[in-house]
Amino acid sequence: MKLTTTLLASAAIVAGAGAVTAQDMANEMTLVSWGGAYQNSQQKAYVEPYLEANPDVTVTWDESSNEAVAKLRAMNEAGNITWDLVDVVAADAIRLCDEGLAMEIDFNEMLADGDDGSKAEDDFGEMLVSDCYIPQIVYSTTFGYRTDMVPEGVDAPSEICDVFDTETYPGKRALEKRPINNMEWALLCDGVAKDEVYDVLATPEGQEQALAKLDTIKDDVIWWSAGADTPQLLADGEVFMGSTYNGRLYSVIEEQDQPVAMMWDAQVFDLDGWIIPEGLPEDRLARVKDFVRFATDTQRLADQAKYISYGPARASSAPAVPEEMKQHMPTDPANAGNTFLYNYEFWADYRDDIDAKFQSWLAQ
Amino acid sequence: MTDRTTGPDQFTGATPDNALRDADRAEAASGPMLAADGTPLKKSLNRALRRQKMRALMLIAPLLIFILVAFIAPIADMLFRSVENQIVSETLPRTVDSLEDWDHTTGDLPSEGTFRALYVDMFIAAEKKEHTRLGTRLNYEQTGVSSLFRRTGRDVDDFGELYEDQFNDLDAAWEDPMTWARILGDPDWIAEAEGAEAPGPDFVLRDGVETALPTTAEVYSAFAEFTQTEDEDNPLEETPWTLVYTALYWDLMRDGFAYSGPESALVTAAAEAAPGFETVSMQENFVESDKDWGSTAVWSTIQTYAPEYTPGYFLNSVDAQLTPDGIEARPENEQIYGILFKRTIFMSMTITISCILLGYPVAWILANLPMRTANLLMILVLLPFWTSLLVRTSAWKVMLQQQGVINDILVWIGLVDDANRLIMINNQFGTIVAMTHILLPFMILPLYSVMATIPPTYLRAAKSLGANDWTAFWRVYFPQSVPGIGAGSILVFILAIGYYITPEIVGGTTGTFISNRIAYHISSSLNWGLAAALGSILLAAVLILYWAYDRIVGIDNVKLG
Repeated sequence: MKLTTTLLASAAIVAGAGAVTAQDMANEMTLVSWGGAYQNSQQKAYVEPYLEANPDVTVTWDESSNEAVAKLRAMNEAGNITWDLVDVVAADAIRLCDEGLAMEIDFNEMLADGDDGSKAEDDFGEMLVSDCYIPQIVYSTTFGYRTDMVPEGVDAPSEICDVFDTETYPGKRALEKRPINNMEWALLCDGVAKDEVYDVLATPEGQEQALAKLDTIKDDVIWWSAGADTPQLLADGEVFMGSTYNGRLYSVIEEQDQPVAMMWDAQVFDLDGWIIPEGLPEDRLARVKDFVRFATDTQRLADQAKYISYGPARASSAPAVPEEMKQHMPTDPANAGNTFLYNYEFWADYRDDIDAKFQSWLAQ
Repeated sequence: MTDRTTGPDQFTGATPDNALRDADRAEAASGPMLAADGTPLKKSLNRALRRQKMRALMLIAPLLIFILVAFIAPIADMLFRSVENQIVSETLPRTVDSLEDWDHTTGDLPSEGTFRALYVDMFIAAEKKEHTRLGTRLNYEQTGVSSLFRRTGRDVDDFGELYEDQFNDLDAAWEDPMTWARILGDPDWIAEAEGAEAPGPDFVLRDGVETALPTTAEVYSAFAEFTQTEDEDNPLEETPWTLVYTALYWDLMRDGFAYSGPESALVTAAAEAAPGFETVSMQENFVESDKDWGSTAVWSTIQTYAPEYTPGYFLNSVDAQLTPDGIEARPENEQIYGILFKRTIFMSMTITISCILLGYPVAWILANLPMRTANLLMILVLLPFWTSLLVRTSAWKVMLQQQGVINDILVWIGLVDDANRLIMINNQFGTIVAMTHILLPFMILPLYSVMATIPPTYLRAAKSLGANDWTAFWRVYFPQSVPGIGAGSILVFILAIGYYITPEIVGGTTGTFISNRIAYHISSSLNWGLAAALGSILLAAVLILYWAYDRIVGIDNVKLG
């Protein structure tokens, strides 16, 4: 009898405690992402399962990731943060962290351990490029080309330097309207060794050299600024080859059945992930923490790879990636023969300087 | 926009304004005029006038407030941002002070005192996580400062460990937060803070401690304030920063150091032991953390951008830069804004002229057709207004691209060779075509509304007096439609000069506007100061053009309807 009352009492306390924590969490969340297929993969892989487990919660999407840094800064100045969790690329996350706009994260405490028992910090490993950043996926910027535009009697382009070879491969190229990646590729094809690229690019002569190399194909380039441009240009036959994110090319090839193939050579790895804005009220922060813990665990990140060809950022998620998707992953050994990792530190320093030169070169 | 034949002066009758003028005239002629109640007429009229003006002001108050809040204030804020530069002196106040006497031309590094000031500033900034913001700001002027500040911010915590360890080895009492509080804190404050719930009452410095231990008192106050406001902890329970230990060492080593007060035995013992401490100069510490601190370039950048207001952003936006040696032009391979400003003005004018050439005949037809047909055609003019801007721009892409509709047709009828398709997009031509189309309604509408008021009888009269068609049009009709051209041109030009979505999509490299760079600096590089300076220059350019237009054509000669 006594035992039962004690049990009942403690059960009531536990239930009460549970109710209190649930009450302490806000029930509305605004997530910011990129829209399109990528946001869809997030919706399917982690938002829907989370909502199923927490039916009281409502999630609103805001497709503002490409101007997240400016908007967060404006929100911060106005003292009214309306976003709870923001999906950004690593370079933006580093800047948000520098500006004090993103919250610092204790990875081991806030994120779930890997399914293989490893601590979050070890599981993410080198992907943790900033103290404020929880990576979700690895994507790459790489080239795709139209198979029907390869001249007769010539092998299909397979190396990065084929982009600069307009004699063998005549036709337009689509390149991103910014120096990042283009400068590295130019130097690589101008005889600079891969591990010296950034040392060379740090010097004014090296920057001139890269621009001079780009100058050789300037008349054949269409410059893109939105991720959807290159797939469209390829589909229309406007360009022979073009750089873009590998997931975009995947959908052109696999879903739209266009005569396009991937090049993969000298692809540049980059990360995409979450930041939590600094200065959230406690109840909203509690909800976001709860969601992030769920959304970045081993299974959820592996699930995401079902819907889009980006590699999960956790090492422990790799074995759970569906077999048929593995060949489309930028990290697949068959694709990752020659790769670059976006050099965040270098570009944080040289971005303004090189961008001024690049834009001036473009305008001339 | 007003008709010269009317105006307040031409109204006759008993308005207070006119009565006031009459009163003035009468007074000049024959002394003050009196109202019925005996007060001077001027006074009582003035009172009536004031009441009326107040009522008018109240009526427009909502609009006035709206314009102030939504229009004037943001512009003022933008103008302010383009010169504002307080971040440097706010984040590194001591360094900026200490750098004042430093002369960069000697090629020597600043003194050890400046390095110490930088250490104090950097330590506090790193605790508050403000150093990386400053690094980003200075990186706009000097490449590499961003990572320099980030790296040093990580290392600066370790600079003082050497002293902390030696104090603690000397006497374990130095590890106790209470020791520090007793030396530096006001006894009343300690009594209040003891046992108080964190963060406790605001820290109060003990009287007189500032003369004996000036640096320690300063940094301990900063520590106590930070602990209470940011961490919300009680300073009585927190071990001070390593910075505080370092500051104490500096104070103890000062010439003529003397101390009397709480814990004097402990402090005196430390003062006796301090000369034997192992020590390292702050300069060594900084240069070891990053060798850039050993070059004068970083220091002269900090010195140049130390003032609270800087012309730096404006200089950047005219392809110049502020260097320690004064104003210099940017290297030629970095100049871009001059080209872009000229191009923006040139293309906006081209677009305006194209709109006049295309819009004038359309407006003429609309004005001269029977009402029913004219209304139908008007819908066609307005149709683009109801379509999304992005859709219209993308449609032009489909039309103009090399594999697009126009090229396909030209190849099909054999006018153009398949291998040499015309390049009509991603250049100036594409931007001008797309923007002319988008802005055309803004030209047609004012033109139409002016033309609709020109009586067709004038033309008939001219012809009956012997003018041929051209003379009748050029001498009679056209001058009457000029106000419509003026209004349309101003609308189209001002809209065009600030456009950025269309040039971004179809402009390629030769068809982009200055607004594309402003957008880049707002949303991508986060250099809002430069964006504000570019925006201010654009605003000034528009105002100057408006003024020139007023001088040449006359702003009265503009009519929207």
